[in-house]
Amino acid sequence: MALSINDTQEELIEEFGLFEDWADKYEYLIDLGKKLPGLSDEFKTEENVIKGCQSRVWLHAFMQEGKLIFQADSEAVIVKGLISMLIRVLSEHTPSDIMKADLYFIDRIGMSQHLAQTRSNGLLSMVKQMKNYALAYSSQA
Amino acid sequence: MASIEQIRLDFPVLDQQVNGSPLIYFDNAATTQKPKVVLEALNKYYSEDNANIHRGIHALAERATAAYELTRKKIQSFLHAESSDQIIFTSGTTASINLVAQTFGRANFEAGDKILVSNLEHHSNIVPWQMIALEKGAEVLVIPVLDSGVLDLDAYQKLLQENTVKLVAVNHVSNAIGTINPIQEMIALAHAHGAKILIDGAQSVAHMEMDVQRFDMDFFAFSAHKLFGPTGVGVLYGKRDLLESMPPYQGGGEMIKEVSFAGTTYNELPYKFEAGTPNIADVIAFSASFDYLNSLEKGWVEEQENALLNYATEQLGQIDGLKIIGTAPNKIAVISFLIEGTHPQDIGVLLDKFGIAIRTGHHCAQPLMQRFDIPGTCRASFSFYNTKEEIDRFVVCLKRVVTMLL
Ligand SMILES: Cc1ncc(COP(=O)(O)O)c(C=O)c1O
Repeated sequence: MALSINDTQEELIEEFGLFEDWADKYEYLIDLGKKLPGLSDEFKTEENVIKGCQSRVWLHAFMQEGKLIFQADSEAVIVKGLISMLIRVLSEHTPSDIMKADLYFIDRIGMSQHLAQTRSNGLLSMVKQMKNYALAYSSQA
Repeated sequence: MASIEQIRLDFPVLDQQVNGSPLIYFDNAATTQKPKVVLEALNKYYSEDNANIHRGIHALAERATAAYELTRKKIQSFLHAESSDQIIFTSGTTASINLVAQTFGRANFEAGDKILVSNLEHHSNIVPWQMIALEKGAEVLVIPVLDSGVLDLDAYQKLLQENTVKLVAVNHVSNAIGTINPIQEMIALAHAHGAKILIDGAQSVAHMEMDVQRFDMDFFAFSAHKLFGPTGVGVLYGKRDLLESMPPYQGGGEMIKEVSFAGTTYNELPYKFEAGTPNIADVIAFSASFDYLNSLEKGWVEEQENALLNYATEQLGQIDGLKIIGTAPNKIAVISFLIEGTHPQDIGVLLDKFGIAIRTGHHCAQPLMQRFDIPGTCRASFSFYNTKEEIDRFVVCLKRVVTMLL
């Protein structure tokens, strides 16, 4: 049985609780970014680009056995790290669970600055787009 | 002459911690910080003189009007303009350029006319021309830029050759890579081929002396906020015959002589182009920027900034994989760079954690990024209140950031 969305959020909060300072946190994030498999070129299409990002970010989504799967990539590694966490929390859940999800972990791990509009790194647009996919697929189901 | 420590005290914003480290502000090309005298002038205006201008006969209105018009005079002398009624207040460089596009452009452009912009331009000196060109059936052509970031003057001459260019619109200094363009030569060439020329001075005013008459400029635009003044104030200078022949821009109060339903006549310069209640407070406070600049030793700003540019260029050159974009021999204190294997955004996010403010991205100059086939750059832009010590710390932190990322 896979973890629920909130279980994963709690797990991340615990992991980040271990870091003493910002540098450790960002090193971890960079590491997550480097480890995220990314997307093959066929999915790095104009359609999959998330607008409003300083670096290019692509999001690809599809349904598998009633669960919505997310895959994503970015040119910037910190953004990729942030995306990697979003995927860990939201991917492989039902569209309705994704739509309902309250992503409180971002604030709790001290990354809410990346949700601010001014950051234009697309985390906010990314979350929005993931929820849009969930909405689109839930009405199909 | 005051020491650099004293000068820094004149800029209250510089004295703060960001993310636990002393702020290092290297984003001066985006906007400069404001000296205390400007902040005090703003406060004084609202505390003592607040009134609408040009209309009241009471004491406050008179004081406010006099202060507002005094700023115009100071700008006239800063630009060495013939007269203060050729100084038009707008909300910024962008608004000044749009004003010219929508009045001069609307009255003069015809199908088949050419408008020249350079590949170095900020979007605000591209899009307004595209908009009016589309409407008029005119064409926007591009002066190419060489690999060094210098404009290709041979190509410029060729573009002018057929005498079909109505207007050239170029920046004095590139915001993205710091190139200082040879505007004197470019102006003379434009005029020799019957074209008018607009100089976007947004990035030059804070760094060098200006003389619109000696350079024979037709139009010159800049923003107060890049010259140690408040946001929301811009200037358009124009030659008198051009400004007088241009139709008004926005209609409203201030810009009229007489209004009736049978027809309306317009006010004279500069009010013809200043419809509505202007940004009185910020214009008045802007006056203090000139007082501040005049209090500095002549030539010191350029000397200090050149020293910072040379020192930073040298220090950054020692970082492995770092490439400077824009290596023109004539540059202001702006360094745009990329580091192999890293994305500018990651560098900017991490430097911010060290309290260092730089700009990353395309710098509102996407065509220039396309020209160099890069996604954007990291840009450090200096002002006279920056120090070599700040550059040292910047370089140390940058090395640390690169280690984190690679
Ligand atoms: C060269 C150049 N032109 C125009 C502008 C636009 O100025 P504003 O946003 O103040 O209107 C800028 C601002 O970044 C600039 O650097």
